[in-house]
Amino acid sequence: MSIEVRGLTKHYNGFKAVHNVSAKLETGSLTALLGPSGSGKSTLLRMIAGLEVPDSGEIHLTGREATYASAKERNVGFVFQHYALFKHMTVFENIAFGLRVRKQKEDEVRNRVFELLDLIQLTGYEKRYPSQLSGGQRQRVAVARALAPRPEVLLLDEPFGALDAKVREELREWILRLHEETNMTTLFVTHDQQEAMEVASRILIMNHGEIEQDGTPIEIFDEPATHFIAQFVGETNYIDTEISEKGLAVWGPFRFSVNPGLPVNQKIRIYFRPNDVYVTAQFETLQVRAKIAKTRFRGTVIEYKLDIGEDKTISAQVPKGVALASGFKEGQEVYAAITAFHVFPIQP
Amino acid sequence: MTQETLIVSVKGDRKTDPARALTETRWVRWILITVALLFIALFLLVPLAEVFTSALNKGFSYYFGAIREPDALSAVKLTLIAAFFSVWFNSAFGIVSAWAITKFSFPGKNLLITLIDLPFTVSPVVSGLVYVLLFGLQGLLGPWLQAHNLHIIFALPGIVLATIFVTFPFISRELIPLMQEQGSEEEEAAMVLGANGWQIFWRVTLPNIQWGLLYGVILCNARAMGEFGAVSVVSGHIRGLTNTLPLHVEILYNDYDFTAAFAVASLLTFLAVLTLIAKTLVGLKYEKERQVLPPRFESELP
Amino acid sequence: MKIRNSPGVLPGFGLTMGFTLTYLGLIVLIPLAALILKSVTLTWAQFVQEVTSPRVLASYRLTFGASLVGAIINSIFGAVVAWVLVRYEFPGRKLVDAMVDLPFALPTAVAGITLTAIYAPNGWIGKCLQPLGISVAYTPLGVVVALTFIGLPFVVRTLQPVLESLDLETEKAAVSLGANRWYTVTRVILPTLVPAWITGFSLAFARGVGEYGSVVFIAGNMPMKTEITPLLIITKLEQYDYAGATSIGVVMLAISFTLLLTINWLQSRTGLHRIH
Repeated sequence: MSIEVRGLTKHYNGFKAVHNVSAKLETGSLTALLGPSGSGKSTLLRMIAGLEVPDSGEIHLTGREATYASAKERNVGFVFQHYALFKHMTVFENIAFGLRVRKQKEDEVRNRVFELLDLIQLTGYEKRYPSQLSGGQRQRVAVARALAPRPEVLLLDEPFGALDAKVREELREWILRLHEETNMTTLFVTHDQQEAMEVASRILIMNHGEIEQDGTPIEIFDEPATHFIAQFVGETNYIDTEISEKGLAVWGPFRFSVNPGLPVNQKIRIYFRPNDVYVTAQFETLQVRAKIAKTRFRGTVIEYKLDIGEDKTISAQVPKGVALASGFKEGQEVYAAITAFHVFPIQP
Repeated sequence: MTQETLIVSVKGDRKTDPARALTETRWVRWILITVALLFIALFLLVPLAEVFTSALNKGFSYYFGAIREPDALSAVKLTLIAAFFSVWFNSAFGIVSAWAITKFSFPGKNLLITLIDLPFTVSPVVSGLVYVLLFGLQGLLGPWLQAHNLHIIFALPGIVLATIFVTFPFISRELIPLMQEQGSEEEEAAMVLGANGWQIFWRVTLPNIQWGLLYGVILCNARAMGEFGAVSVVSGHIRGLTNTLPLHVEILYNDYDFTAAFAVASLLTFLAVLTLIAKTLVGLKYEKERQVLPPRFESELP
Repeated sequence: MKIRNSPGVLPGFGLTMGFTLTYLGLIVLIPLAALILKSVTLTWAQFVQEVTSPRVLASYRLTFGASLVGAIINSIFGAVVAWVLVRYEFPGRKLVDAMVDLPFALPTAVAGITLTAIYAPNGWIGKCLQPLGISVAYTPLGVVVALTFIGLPFVVRTLQPVLESLDLETEKAAVSLGANRWYTVTRVILPTLVPAWITGFSLAFARGVGEYGSVVFIAGNMPMKTEITPLLIITKLEQYDYAGATSIGVVMLAISFTLLLTINWLQSRTGLHRIH
């Protein structure tokens, strides 16, 4: 089933929770809705599920309009952030709920529940109550419960939010496998970009109630569409300057070739990632002098805070092997170049 | 988890933070406990003992005679009828109003909650008075009722109405905070899974609030059976007809038949003790119901 | 993200709201409106005369004075009881804890005759007080005793949850900063209890002002001396003085409403679960 929203808007007492959002998700896709808290991503998801009524705009599920259809008519599976398991029901009854309210026959219910218990690897847990399960187990029961009535689309609200790091990791893998097996149209909300990049084949980034970019993880990371995304996704440095002549911006010793369409004297902000700062001990080419102010060990990379003059520090990340071989030390004079960057005009 | 940390930190602090700095010296504790127990004994235990000794001071046969007397039995019946209606009506109201208030957002919600609470602070006498002014002979609807030969004041309907009024908020004020704390996620989950309104209520909401509801019912019932002021105003004290148990106690007392008064009072005291026991037992379950499922952090997949 | 301006998507808004408002209207609002309607048939001068006659004024003094004293007694001893129940272990603690609610559960008429019997000159306690020249029953002191009994659970039950939720770490911090126990209790613990304390006090006071059943037996009901305001309403009703009863009823209703708003405001500030 495909999901399409057109111009969807929801305001709360003047606060724009979701504002004029349009997007189309193809059948069988696995999409992440990424954004900081308060960006409207959960509200958008809840409107698609029928748990919130939009102020205006349309929702189409498989081509038919469902904007004001009740949640029970939409045939979507929804997984809540805090699972919302029925705490007075056993695992079996939780999963069977969607089948029982549809008055399915008892043996069909049993078969479907045991099939799902197998899928979530919790066979033998059917008589337990939610309070007797671990967080990860509860989450998988919540997914199984949502899948039981065979929905055409699966919506997950911060599905890994309340879990510890290791369980999150395992559940991500599991969701990916589940998607490969069922190939169900899946949309999940997250504030964790790592999670969005690892799991989804497509990411919608929301900020202040609007979708700021819609693309693959690589596109989002390498071609950020807005200031916000350049800062929000991955680590980044930025410097503010202006266009000094057609196609050129200068900041201190650095020179940046920019889009020749930008007018001279236009104020701009230049974003570049720490791993796009090329650091050497000896001058090679087109580099500027810098001083290592601080060193931080970050696992697979080593991060240097580089003093590049004019009271500005930038961070550079160097693969550990390279860094160790070069023997950089705090206080050492080095040479740095910025190998990739993005330029955004600053609106006055 | 928390317990562990607590123990560890107490151990760690032992040198700098002797346990006695966190409590009072032995004699202060002893004095406080004594004061508290004396206060409780003076105001609660002594009256309890007084009821039963006074009830039995003319022996068991007099006691049983007093509570088996026809007027007493009809008072028991009337008390049960009034309590029955107020428990059922106010339960229905409690559930429905809590649903309306906690599952939806609408302007004026706080005003509505305040109005529901109002009968709780209104003097019972005023509660009775308003029904007299509405339905009594001199009341707004009095002439009309008189013309149609309907009796509310000094009759059963008035007693039932006054009892419903004074116990009006008891169940909703349990259920509103309970359902507020529990939130609507389980109901929303049920709805997305295809349940209709009735299915959501019977299968999801009601099992989640059953102990809170029962707790409210116990309090409502106790107050309904024991209500005196409001019922006293509307009843007219007609022996054998419009007398509830508390009114019967008053009549016997005013007739200087103290032993009989205390005998009937002892029935109500039994009820109070039963209420306290039930309240304590149900309270334990209710406490659990109010706790939201705690998050768990365990890294294991079976 | 929980704020909504459409009522919401769960079913039943119209039905449940309709029932709630209808039932509230029929049982509470229309009868209360009848009181107000009846009172506006009086002239202002009549109304003022009714509610400020010397006998009525004397009844206010007794009702509010005794409620105030009862609430103060409960604030002091209720706090000790709450503290002891939360902080100390002693045999019978659970039993005492359950018994605190007795005044909620015991019908007021039973409380009334029982307290009268105990404090009457020939009663268990009255007998002991008689030689000291103290009489309780049929004096304003008796009213105080009854209102203390009836208000006893309020302060205990509002303070208990606050005491239970107090963070021991704060006390430890105070101790580690060199505070002694007295300083910790008076400067660290007591200030955090103040809002709940005031709430409990107000609840006990409000209950006392409207109380009837437990007071009428022990008070003796002498006009100008031991006659409480609710009793005056009943007396006027029995004399078919509807104007008088209505006027005093309106004053009582206004006072209850004010107290209710104050208590709600206090509770919204302290975030306490309401109790009975």
